[in-house]
Amino acid sequence: MNKHLLKATVASAGIILGLGASTAWAQDAVNLRMTIWSANEAHLAMFNEIAEGFKATHPNVSVSFEPLPFDSYTTTLTTQIAGGNPPDLAWILETTAADFVNSGALAPLTDAFNGMDGYDLADVSEQATALWTKDGQLYAYPFSTSPFAIFANNDVLKAAGAKTPAELIAAGEWTWDNAFAAAATVGQSGKTGLVVRDFKYQVWQNLASIWNGWGATPWSEDGKTCTFTEPAMVDALTAIHTAIFTDKAMPGPGEDIDFFAGETGMTITQISRASLLPKENPFDWDLVPLPAGPAGEYAVVGQAGVGVFAKSANKDVAVEFLGYMTNAENSKKLAQFFPPARASLLNAETLASTNPLLSAEQIENVVIAGISNGTVLPGHTNFAQIQQTIRAGLDALWVPDADVASVLENVCSSVNPLLAR
Amino acid sequence: MSQPLQAPHKPPFWTIARRDAAAGYVFIAPQLIGIITFVLVPLGLVFWYSLHEWNVLASSFNFVGAANYQMLLADPNLSQVLLASAIFSAGLVVLNMTLALLLAVLLDQKLRGIVVFRTLFFSPVVVSLVAWTIVWSFLLQNNGGINGLLSMLGIEGPNWLRTPTTAMISVIVVQVFKNVGLNMILFLAALQGVPKELYEAARVDGAGAFKQFRRITLPLISPTILLTSIITIVGSLQVFAQIAVLTQGGPGMTTTVLVYYLYQQAFQFHFFGYGSTLSILLFVIVAVLTFVQWQLRKRVVFYEN
Repeated sequence: MNKHLLKATVASAGIILGLGASTAWAQDAVNLRMTIWSANEAHLAMFNEIAEGFKATHPNVSVSFEPLPFDSYTTTLTTQIAGGNPPDLAWILETTAADFVNSGALAPLTDAFNGMDGYDLADVSEQATALWTKDGQLYAYPFSTSPFAIFANNDVLKAAGAKTPAELIAAGEWTWDNAFAAAATVGQSGKTGLVVRDFKYQVWQNLASIWNGWGATPWSEDGKTCTFTEPAMVDALTAIHTAIFTDKAMPGPGEDIDFFAGETGMTITQISRASLLPKENPFDWDLVPLPAGPAGEYAVVGQAGVGVFAKSANKDVAVEFLGYMTNAENSKKLAQFFPPARASLLNAETLASTNPLLSAEQIENVVIAGISNGTVLPGHTNFAQIQQTIRAGLDALWVPDADVASVLENVCSSVNPLLAR
Repeated sequence: MSQPLQAPHKPPFWTIARRDAAAGYVFIAPQLIGIITFVLVPLGLVFWYSLHEWNVLASSFNFVGAANYQMLLADPNLSQVLLASAIFSAGLVVLNMTLALLLAVLLDQKLRGIVVFRTLFFSPVVVSLVAWTIVWSFLLQNNGGINGLLSMLGIEGPNWLRTPTTAMISVIVVQVFKNVGLNMILFLAALQGVPKELYEAARVDGAGAFKQFRRITLPLISPTILLTSIITIVGSLQVFAQIAVLTQGGPGMTTTVLVYYLYQQAFQFHFFGYGSTLSILLFVIVAVLTFVQWQLRKRVVFYEN
């Protein structure tokens, strides 16, 4: 054979084989997209570390994490879905859990997780998975179960002459009456007493961290009837209204105040906000459970789940990745930022190593007790419309001379048709 | 003697007229393709979506005919939304046009440093809308800058964004300050186009300043007034970012204007079909208002007679 012809044939064969091989690799390569609402660099580094770990057993799979702004998180996510560009996995907030779980948008996880080596789904409490389960199938993994608690600035409280939460707890007097009284003392001294973080007179569901102490709920257990007019809710909102407009214990509407700037007595927020505590010019802070209400002691948690979209082209791989991401080992990594729902991790030893800012007592009393006993923030199918309707109704409550009972009557009459659907 | 046979004359296909026409089509093609792709097709799609119930999460897309339009007629919130839109548009148009004309007349003077003043009044137009609105949201909050200034004067200011009346006024004023410079510049250009000899003649005839303004200035700048009024009304019906940042439609629903309401329905509540129906309603309102204004030009615009 002609030498030149032989060379040309070999070269062509090499190119064709090469092309064929690269096509095959391209077909095998899987790029998973997961939307998250945190753009925190430490969170992203941890997620990427987990994705790298998955690559060890799945070299063809890469995962990219796509942070979306929190305020418009669900709106952006649904717009991506409407535009035909949904992610493979998504972080889902507790308020929209019912919409995602009931719509059939998410892939079932229970059987897949139970089929994974060493994945102990029973380790995750039923209470934690309730919101994400339908007909016995888990549709999203509750990877973050973060209790609401009170951060206190003892410097501000003492300067105003108010008792600190620790003193009230020691005296067995940690109740909402006394907490509001301490906040009022601070408020009347010219500083801010108590801030419900992220509430801003819009995100009313965060007030569950207060009204649950009265045993109040926004709707009946079956979700069909508004219960804003029930005595427990009227009493709770009357107490909140008095704290705002009469006692000046809480800032009024239109006042944007950040506890972590150091000029506020107390704030109700999730423990994951501990990272906002100032490192320079720190103040004497404390983290305590929510005070007892007339209905006794209680806890409230916010949850976030991660689900896989049923229509994802990479559904099976995405489910496999989610299983890996939330196995016992990686849940421990996630626990440094997102309190876990796994019973095996709910101990002072594990949580102390991942939350070095918190004392053993705080971990025991706030984190573990909160996760174990907490009720999840209210959520409902079609929550966005219900949230908006109640927000509009409650606006009439946030004025000094509001008639609480009649405002709540109006809230119920406007939201009842939506709940009854 | 017989005439020799001649082949019938066939006119050439590629005539000058055809060549010019082809060139014309080539020139308008980019814009035409853009209009079709980004205006007409989406408009058609919105109408198509308005005939469907589209549940994004469940991936269902079902034809429901006029059901969304029936829902529109029965929507208990619609009258309040349309009222809020009307109040916002009326307030914005009156305030914006009056202030823009007043500023234009003042800045039409031959004074030292007048260009600096014109630039100052125009500068908000080039500022990012969202950044502008966020700054105002801080100024207008209960413990914000506006009430701080008022308290220095011994006045206790209202909670601007939380009281129904002041919330709407606040949104209107923030929008006016943002865009008044644009109308001002248009009015200024129109004012500078009015022949000065007309004023001289009027002065000789004994006309005062107000009479000169009413009889000369207003008629001669009336085409610009028509143009700015159309732009301002259409713009006022499309207000969104200011509402989203300042009031989120509240308190109650007092500042929930039509665009914000359709955004809520489509993107927050996931009723894309009903949201599309509301967009069609907005389109019809804008089209009717523009048509009415265009027809009014024969009565109110000086050159149209």
